[in-house]
Amino acid sequence: MMGHLQPSNGGRGTVEIGLSHFLTVGAILFTLGILGIFLNKKNVIIILMSIELILLSVNINLVAFSAELGDLMGQVFALFVLTVAAAEAAIGLAILVAFFRNRGSIAVEDVNVMKG
Amino acid sequence: MSVAGFFFYLFAFITCASAFMVISSRNPVHSVLFLILAFFNSAGLFVIAGAEFLAMILVVVYVGAVAVLFLFVVMMLDVDFAELRQGVLQYLPIGGLIGLILLVELIVVLGASALSVEVAGSAVQPMPDIGEVSNTRALGNLLYTKYIFFFQISGLVLFVAMIGAIVLTLRHKEGVRRQNIGAQVGRTRDEAVATVSVESGKGV
Repeated sequence: MMGHLQPSNGGRGTVEIGLSHFLTVGAILFTLGILGIFLNKKNVIIILMSIELILLSVNINLVAFSAELGDLMGQVFALFVLTVAAAEAAIGLAILVAFFRNRGSIAVEDVNVMKG
Repeated sequence: MSVAGFFFYLFAFITCASAFMVISSRNPVHSVLFLILAFFNSAGLFVIAGAEFLAMILVVVYVGAVAVLFLFVVMMLDVDFAELRQGVLQYLPIGGLIGLILLVELIVVLGASALSVEVAGSAVQPMPDIGEVSNTRALGNLLYTKYIFFFQISGLVLFVAMIGAIVLTLRHKEGVRRQNIGAQVGRTRDEAVATVSVESGKGV
């Protein structure tokens, strides 16, 4: 990976796969996540999955920069992003279940009254 | 094309394709399964980038916990998903427009700056030589020493999330008999025991 920076990286290092390749994948994933939020405006579950995709793209960017710059801090940060993403998914799904019990629907358009 | 290059394009293509299927599939169960596929392939991307520990964590945490949680919720909720997909085409133009703008902007920014990233002479945490210290060990050396407080706080975040999820979904059903410890402990001898004089030959 990014052999011109870490020549000691053994056989993995190839110049042809660089930072911009990873960033492009991250950009495509991020865009797909945003698009998913707009397309599935009614289905909260798909929206939560789109948020997971967005966080995944952020992680890919962090790891790519970490490898490019030879800096472990990016991977530490990606680990924390992963933790927060897991917590967010748990809370989001719990809210979803509680909402479904009260209303019998998970359409976003029905979420317009703030009452338990 | 080298082996790493081939696998990079393979993983990247499958990741993007399955991410597209996540947002476009009709059945939410299929969406979750494609999400799992996307996570697996981005774990492959992480391995190519040299972040083995994060790749394994991605498989364990996302595929093993988060995606399965999604699957449980999708299957548990009795929702008419066909009805939820009604207005998809209605939002396609605006969603596609915004997505396209975002993608173009990201790629423009990327093309302008990423190719000329200056190697930071002062990396915050320089990566040790992979031949001497493995990725997992290097991460652990950092996490358990210098960033121990951040590590503890992330544990706290997970703890609060767990309690929150339990509080949100717990409900007390009516008509279920529960143990009332206060009443049990507060019982006195007088209300618990009574002396009955039984007449001989009759029983209680």
